[in-house]
Amino acid sequence: MSAPLAIDVSGVTKRFGAKTVVNAVDLQVRRGEIYGFLGPNGSGKTTFIRMLCGLLTPDAGSGTCLGYDVRTQQAEIKRHVGYMTQRFSFYEDLSIRENLDFIARIYDVPERADAVQRSLKRLGLQNRSQQLAGQLSGGWKQRLALAACLIHSPQLLLLDEPTAGVDPKARREFWDEVHRLAADGLTVLITTHYMDEAERCHRLAYLAYGTMLTHGTLDEVLDAARLTTWRVTGPDLRSLAGALRGRPGVEQVVAFGLTLHVSGRDAAQLAATLAAMRDSRHEWQQIRAGLEDVFISLMNTAKDNFA
Amino acid sequence: MPRFAFHRFWAIVLKEFIQMRRDRMTFGMMVGIPLMQLMLFGFAINSDPKHLPAAIRAADQGPFARTLVAALRHSDYFTLVRETASEEEARRLLQLGDVQFVINIPEDFSRRLLRGERPTVLVEADASDPAATGPALAAVAALADTVFDRDLPGPLRGLHARPGPVDFQIHRHYNPENITQYNVVPGLMGVVLTMTMVVITALAITRERERGTMENLLATPVRPIEVMIGKILPYIAVGYIQVTLILIAARYVFDVPMTGSLVLLYAVALLFIAANLSVGITFSTLAANQLQAMQMAFFFFLPSILLSGFMFPFRGMPEWAQWIGSCLPLTHFLRIVRGILLKGNGLLEIAPEIWPLLLFVAAAMTVGVKRYRQTLD
Repeated sequence: MSAPLAIDVSGVTKRFGAKTVVNAVDLQVRRGEIYGFLGPNGSGKTTFIRMLCGLLTPDAGSGTCLGYDVRTQQAEIKRHVGYMTQRFSFYEDLSIRENLDFIARIYDVPERADAVQRSLKRLGLQNRSQQLAGQLSGGWKQRLALAACLIHSPQLLLLDEPTAGVDPKARREFWDEVHRLAADGLTVLITTHYMDEAERCHRLAYLAYGTMLTHGTLDEVLDAARLTTWRVTGPDLRSLAGALRGRPGVEQVVAFGLTLHVSGRDAAQLAATLAAMRDSRHEWQQIRAGLEDVFISLMNTAKDNFA
Repeated sequence: MPRFAFHRFWAIVLKEFIQMRRDRMTFGMMVGIPLMQLMLFGFAINSDPKHLPAAIRAADQGPFARTLVAALRHSDYFTLVRETASEEEARRLLQLGDVQFVINIPEDFSRRLLRGERPTVLVEADASDPAATGPALAAVAALADTVFDRDLPGPLRGLHARPGPVDFQIHRHYNPENITQYNVVPGLMGVVLTMTMVVITALAITRERERGTMENLLATPVRPIEVMIGKILPYIAVGYIQVTLILIAARYVFDVPMTGSLVLLYAVALLFIAANLSVGITFSTLAANQLQAMQMAFFFFLPSILLSGFMFPFRGMPEWAQWIGSCLPLTHFLRIVRGILLKGNGLLEIAPEIWPLLLFVAAAMTVGVKRYRQTLD
């Protein structure tokens, strides 16, 4: 078990009927790494994760997860992976303790009672262990799910949109916990829609329409996009946005609060177009393209190629 | 693939028991359904109805006519609610449903009887429900032979109506008094088990899928067979509670004779319960949601109750219906229960009904396990 890569797959493909949901995706995740998985809804993130943890068998492609073959050793993989589903999927009519105890029994955790007690303690739920899971709020459900995924001490944690619908404070605590776990050597693959969460990952990948469009560290992803972005502030941004759209070099115009982000991959042409458009009422400033600019750009390009 | 692991199987069993305990409604149904069916079928529904309302139109008030009326009353099938002289009124009573029968005694009844002319007594019946009138009419026919035994002694015996060309002799075995409950209550055991076991287990896996817990379960190392058996076992216990409830009621409320071995009955019940549970589990792997699972359960329940010989005599059905009936576990279980309780059958006698049950369990389990594997792929 000294392989440097926790996940090492290539060409992974999954089709449902005529629709290719995941198309020849390669992924390498190092041990102890937090890997962020981003992409629009329906881009194949969940399907890809299900293939990693042995819930689905890939139609094509090969590789290993924790050193076990993803096609033939699914039972082994399941034993060492903790998978937190997008939707809360523990038993709402069981209490917190009963849920943890059930999972611990399934995995045959040694010294089960202690393990459950430790888990409750870490959750801060010793006093409410008899409460039914269905009565918990979203944030607590998420913590219970995380605790249950960890009770058998997995080596790899697959988290499918774990923070959807969770308030900012709980989200922050959750990420602190994820970083602590990674520091202890656990590998984490996490999907999210939040850009601030993406920036907390060691590396990330962007998936759209089943295809991986980019991957790498935050800087690598930003650099690879070769996107030039100008920020515009001033009055009447809506009509300005309308005027900018469709001009040569202008690929996207996106409103960010009281500012406008104007981006394009051809920096020279964009600069020329903007020079002609400039006026004294607005303040123009070239900035480094953000993750969101890059992802919107990638998604638009992908739409042209796949739609 | 790892082998069957007891700790995983046991985890499922414990979980199911906890969930069963929490779900008060379902738990109540599991005890309530057998009790309610016992009341309905045991007390309310009777295929040998007695004390049916009848009217007498007697044009002859002689002693023979009175003997006849008294005999009808004593048969228990008739309650004489009305005496009328008018044919029209009699007809109206029938039409309104105030009476089920009108018995017409002709005016020259006594005279013709004494002359040996076999006077005709016209019995008009509201036969819109043949099941209701059949037994009563049969009783009338039997009455005619014996009613005047005492009134026509010695030399008048010759006046006795001659017996028909065929002498029907009917011997009723096992239930000589034709008590419906003897037949229905043991049969109920099978019906109640079919109803609750199939429905509850049909919901069991579908519920996991609908609530999203299935994805979680599949991501753990638990194997299909562990889930299936782990889910089935708690409900086998419930099935035995139902069997016991019905047996107690049969013995102490309905006085059903128990001639055979109860141990044998409990042993065979296990097979029947398993058959129904495996049907339910199989349904739940086929259904997309709980509503569909429920519909499938009823799809199975209806032919079971109609074609198994519970509601209607099995031998009275056309051959194709008997074929369908033979594929249903309830048909075989009914024969086993009635055989053991009423006829005192042993293992040897019920063996021909056991192997179809075994075959059924094996088939349903195979389909269930096969389908379960495919659930996410």
